[in-house]
Amino acid sequence: MIHDLAVIGGGPAGVAGALTAALAGLRVVLLDGGPRLGGQYFRHAHGAEPEPRFARQSHALRQRAEVLLKHQVWAVSREDDAFTVHAHGTARAEVRARRVLIATGAHDRPLPFPGWDLPGVLTAGGAQALLKGERVPAGRRIAVAGTGPFLLPVAAGLARAGAEVAGVFEASGGLGLARHPVMALGKAGEAAGYAWALAARRVPYRRNHAVIAAHGEHELRAVTVARLDRDWNVLGTEELECDALAVGYGFVPQIELAVQLGCLTRQDADGTPVVDVDARQRTSVPGVWAAGEPTGVGGWELSETEGRIAGLALAGAGEVPGLLLRRRARLRAFAAALQGAYPVRPGWQSWLTPDTLICRCEEVPLARVREAQELGATDARSIKLLARPGMGWCQGRMCGYALACLAGEPQQPPRRPIAQPISLGALAEPPQKEH
Amino acid sequence: MSDVIVIGAGVVGAACAYYAARAGLDVTVVDRGPVASGTTGSGEGNVLVSDKEPGPELDLALLSNRLWRELAEHGGFEFEAKGGLVVAETAGVLRQLTELAAKQGVEHTAVPGEALGGYEPHLAPGLAGGVHYPQDAQVQPMLAAARLIKLGADSYGHGTLHLRTGVTVTGFLRSGERVNGVRTSHGDILGGAVVNAAGTWGGEVAALAGVHLPVLPRRGFILVTEPLREPLIRHKVYTAAYVTNVASDAEGLETSAVVEGTPAGPVLIGASRERVGFDRTTSVPVLSRLAAQAVELFPALREVRAIRAYCGFRPYCPDHLPVIGEDPRAPGLYHACGHEGAGIGLAPATGYLLAQLLAGQRPGLDLHPFRPDRFTREENG
Repeated sequence: MIHDLAVIGGGPAGVAGALTAALAGLRVVLLDGGPRLGGQYFRHAHGAEPEPRFARQSHALRQRAEVLLKHQVWAVSREDDAFTVHAHGTARAEVRARRVLIATGAHDRPLPFPGWDLPGVLTAGGAQALLKGERVPAGRRIAVAGTGPFLLPVAAGLARAGAEVAGVFEASGGLGLARHPVMALGKAGEAAGYAWALAARRVPYRRNHAVIAAHGEHELRAVTVARLDRDWNVLGTEELECDALAVGYGFVPQIELAVQLGCLTRQDADGTPVVDVDARQRTSVPGVWAAGEPTGVGGWELSETEGRIAGLALAGAGEVPGLLLRRRARLRAFAAALQGAYPVRPGWQSWLTPDTLICRCEEVPLARVREAQELGATDARSIKLLARPGMGWCQGRMCGYALACLAGEPQQPPRRPIAQPISLGALAEPPQKEH
Repeated sequence: MSDVIVIGAGVVGAACAYYAARAGLDVTVVDRGPVASGTTGSGEGNVLVSDKEPGPELDLALLSNRLWRELAEHGGFEFEAKGGLVVAETAGVLRQLTELAAKQGVEHTAVPGEALGGYEPHLAPGLAGGVHYPQDAQVQPMLAAARLIKLGADSYGHGTLHLRTGVTVTGFLRSGERVNGVRTSHGDILGGAVVNAAGTWGGEVAALAGVHLPVLPRRGFILVTEPLREPLIRHKVYTAAYVTNVASDAEGLETSAVVEGTPAGPVLIGASRERVGFDRTTSVPVLSRLAAQAVELFPALREVRAIRAYCGFRPYCPDHLPVIGEDPRAPGLYHACGHEGAGIGLAPATGYLLAQLLAGQRPGLDLHPFRPDRFTREENG
């Protein structure tokens, strides 16, 4: 059987897109690698209720569409006028559909610094996932560092869960807590909630500060906190004891499936490669649509809005309601403003020493990257070929951004013909046709 | 002004530059991209004598094998003299294999089926046997290319050999009939001779000089697994079908199992061949077949995960031989391209022999079979 639509990703964009299209009468299948719908933002523990609005959407979706959880999509290919989504769960599975909606979200964007490979150092998203998915705070005394508005909910969540948050270190000068962008979104309540959660526990929120080194023999014991100038060069340092560090410098959209299909990309405001879409969320490849973070990082509300617009357009709605289009425009403007308010500044490279690992998977230190450059590797890809950063388990998801910065080029769209690891046995066996 | 301008900073261009500098010539290497970013950057690093029919290519491979060992002594890149093991599924195929080995006259040992386990403990049972070639080796090609250029510069003077990346050749300069330089995106560069080491794009470069060279892309995929904690595979192991596929002219897809471990831990799995132009679109059926063939050969790989795949374009000539030598149709222009899937293995010998030509010496091997004007018009498709 050929579905009308295969949606890849069960977060806000995917669920909204799938549900909207299914309500309009399309035969929809949604695939997600996780055990429950929700994606990163609406992640919830087994047995816990997700946020009510998302719970209602998920419930409605399950009644009207096929939902395949624990299905990792490792490739999407195109044959004639249909697409094959290649996934593997307990076995290799293939889903055929006339159209595809890519709603694969984003992953954390870390920056390397001395000691970031120590146990106890997590990405901000990783700490959040642990808390939401397993109800476990990452440590007892936790520092939160990086840049961008996402640090606040992470810190507040950890504090509410009973962890001691040793400080929130926002590298940008940007805006103070009182003028924090979540206020501007008419979400003063949400912002005040975070602020209150932090203030009530006397958690310091310090702008122009960053964690530039992590210390410990076998696990994290302390971090070096630095005061920064506006380019993120170090002005002064102090040491802070903690047993966990949640650090994040924004997000990288997951666009490898769109790249596999040949969709055109563009650079977002901060230079990140994102999928280029038109007003109806269509990509440059006929039959392929994208919504949410893959088209530009902007948070769950923008993702959901884009998902709904894509769903309506996919179902052949003549016109998308102006209300949705206006909401998308407002949220996109806001996202662009955020990217402008929290840019990554080049001074972070001065935090590195020659032996600082750039790629943790392959244990490639900065010195080897520089050596490759001296040998004539003038871009990130050739540095990877000579020195192996990005060749390991995560396939450059963690180090790709930093490596592009070190190579002095914008991050390139990821070429990953195998988007998720798959066992050779599964790859070798003939796939099961899902229905 | 340089004595020699080498177009292409892949492994063949690097070897040409290194040996020319060693012969006392001033060399400039230009590449439109970074070092080793074309087919060299998508290779497995094969240094094989086992897959060559007796004849000029085998002679080239044997010379190259010796030269790789010399170059590896300078260090700086992985070179593994691991040996190759060609296996046969049936007694008939085994007989063909051993006959080929006898004709080749290279060092080898015939391995009966029951002794294969001594070479490769994880090989599937039931194979008819194989041939072990101790001279087969494996090199990390990208790093080797980059290191060769640096080694040449360090050993023979930085003024003698320099690398210019991001420089695209757009045409040739001539003095009368003779090629004496290149036009580039960054201005003209004069040189006594120009070497076309542009690999799969060698035909396009030749066309800029008005000469026809039928170099075509032959696509190949490689599957890469997660790093293994314990090495599972000791040799380069491949099935006899690989030898026939290499020699075939088919346009359609051909695959054969080529499996090997790497010092960094991952297992590399090839090899596929198909002529589809420069299309990079991933073919799931090809990846599937590669995985199936690898698992059939090494059942222990079943649970190992593939984390990456990449494709590259072998520079293919209609008679499967490289093009090495001066082009009589454009004096001053030398070609060193079209090595198909053997470019890594054949690079040092190519550079060594071409440097002899450039230095006005008689090359140590007869280059007649590799002459640039050997193709008839019909083969030029």
